[in-house]
Amino acid sequence: MMRMPVSAMIGLFFTSLYFLAAIFAPVIAPYGMAEVVGGVWEPMGPEHWLGTDSIGRDLLTRMIYGGRTTIFIATAATILSFTTGSILGFLAATIGGWVDQALSRFVDLVMAIPSLIFALVVLSVMPVTITVLILVMGLLDATRVYRLARAVAVDITVMDYVEAARLRGEGRLWVIFREILPNALSPLVAEMGLRFIFMVLFVSTLSFLGLGVQPPAADWGGIVKENKEGIVYGIPAALVPAFAIATLAISVNLVADWVLNRTTSLKGGR
Amino acid sequence: MHPILKLVLQRLALGCLLLVAASALIFAGTMILPGDVAQSILGQSATPQALANLRAELGLDVPPVQRYFDWLGGVLHGDLGTSLTNRLDIADTMGKRLGNTLFLAFWAAIISVPLAIFLGLLAVRYEGRWPDKLISGVTLASISIPEFLIGYVLIYFIAVKLRMFTTVAMINDGMSLGEKLNAIALPVIVLTLVVLAHMMRMTRAAILNVMQSAYIETAELKGLSSFKVIARHAFPNAIAPIVNVVMLNLAYLVVGVVVVEVVFVYPGMGQYLVDHVAKRDVPVVQACGLVFAAVYICLNMIADIVSILSNPRLRHPK
Repeated sequence: MMRMPVSAMIGLFFTSLYFLAAIFAPVIAPYGMAEVVGGVWEPMGPEHWLGTDSIGRDLLTRMIYGGRTTIFIATAATILSFTTGSILGFLAATIGGWVDQALSRFVDLVMAIPSLIFALVVLSVMPVTITVLILVMGLLDATRVYRLARAVAVDITVMDYVEAARLRGEGRLWVIFREILPNALSPLVAEMGLRFIFMVLFVSTLSFLGLGVQPPAADWGGIVKENKEGIVYGIPAALVPAFAIATLAISVNLVADWVLNRTTSLKGGR
Repeated sequence: MHPILKLVLQRLALGCLLLVAASALIFAGTMILPGDVAQSILGQSATPQALANLRAELGLDVPPVQRYFDWLGGVLHGDLGTSLTNRLDIADTMGKRLGNTLFLAFWAAIISVPLAIFLGLLAVRYEGRWPDKLISGVTLASISIPEFLIGYVLIYFIAVKLRMFTTVAMINDGMSLGEKLNAIALPVIVLTLVVLAHMMRMTRAAILNVMQSAYIETAELKGLSSFKVIARHAFPNAIAPIVNVVMLNLAYLVVGVVVVEVVFVYPGMGQYLVDHVAKRDVPVVQACGLVFAAVYICLNMIADIVSILSNPRLRHPK
């Protein structure tokens, strides 16, 4: 076991803290999710650790449930973008020809429009539900995974062992899942941390703009929106969820950096 | 034809093609719904009469391809249609807001570009020592922070606690330039911080890349001071990648501006777009999406053209 750097330890601590809080939200939350338990914007105290929000709900409870929503959406969207992006990328690299051209040019086109703007355009006609959010975010982000997966797979398809598998008469699916996937896994996994952070920031931004998770459910971006009027009166309630988003993103970044360094040093610095 | 001219023209043509394709994609993005757009705008409780009116207004009885070309034709003539919610001409409303947004983005760019290049040079000069490490650490952190956090932290500490600047950035024609600048001070700082990190990291990488080449080693062995090496030998060769970095980040600014405008209630394009997405005002959303995409594509195109023009290998064909 290699000695773990302090930064990775801090990152791992906060990442697991947030994930555990998300999983066990109903058990650890002191009050009900939408339960009004006090006055408006009560300060932090022993009864309400983080105070209360704009209509008197316990902020800590809202934060725990909000984290659950944020992390769930970001995780689901990351999984969707990785499965679609890498399968299409591998297919494009192995089939080549016009399939590759058509897919790649389409991806270029989608990436020519900023994702936030395109998401807003699509959400203007879609009913905003969690499923729709995950689909829109995951599919838009799949373009970036596609580029990476295709670039990695193009290098692998010319390797001798892929050629050997083909000459053996293996099908395309075998080549993709048994030859290319294991060899392309480490760059893809390294990218996963970054994409997860991007998803957290994306869903938070959409909810902050009022176009993500709809009330009374809330994610961290939504909680910022609910409490933003308080800022002007010197009430820092909106800073709490914003701070949570930042610490989650930084922690995942630190862990991803560490994993990346570890896997590269295991392979002899490749 | 001169090969460089040919490359530039090719890139311009590609940009135009991309723009048309992007407009089609934006148009298709609002048609994505399997059901009825009118129904989803008005909701389940809409009367059949209201639905029929809206359908007629959006031209939903016309086939989508023809509707797209009608819309595109209008856009090319400067007609962006009328808003569903307030019946105003979109081009009129947008003109003013676009001006406001460009005003904000202009000042953010004026401050962030020289600052980023200066800090990038500083990081290279002290590579591996504490100024470099500090700059890298801060940039890494600021990439993970959402724009609205920076915005609200600044509002909370600077505007509310210290009582400097205003919490909302309202500007109108009656204000002098000084008053306007005072009003947009905080949003400009936020935007600067948002793009500064990316720009600085990329500038640092671009110059470090140049610093590893043989002629820099020669210059160092010649006994030139490290400042002179950077200013006379490294910087001119790094201009192309730096301009590229700047353009890419200005494109990034286009997206950052949406969130920052909402935080500061600034009367610009971003606020306009977000408001009308919530109201499901499809013509406005399409028009705004198209303008944002056009600015983004143009900046990327300029970045490409600059890197073509600044490549001496292309300027002197064999």
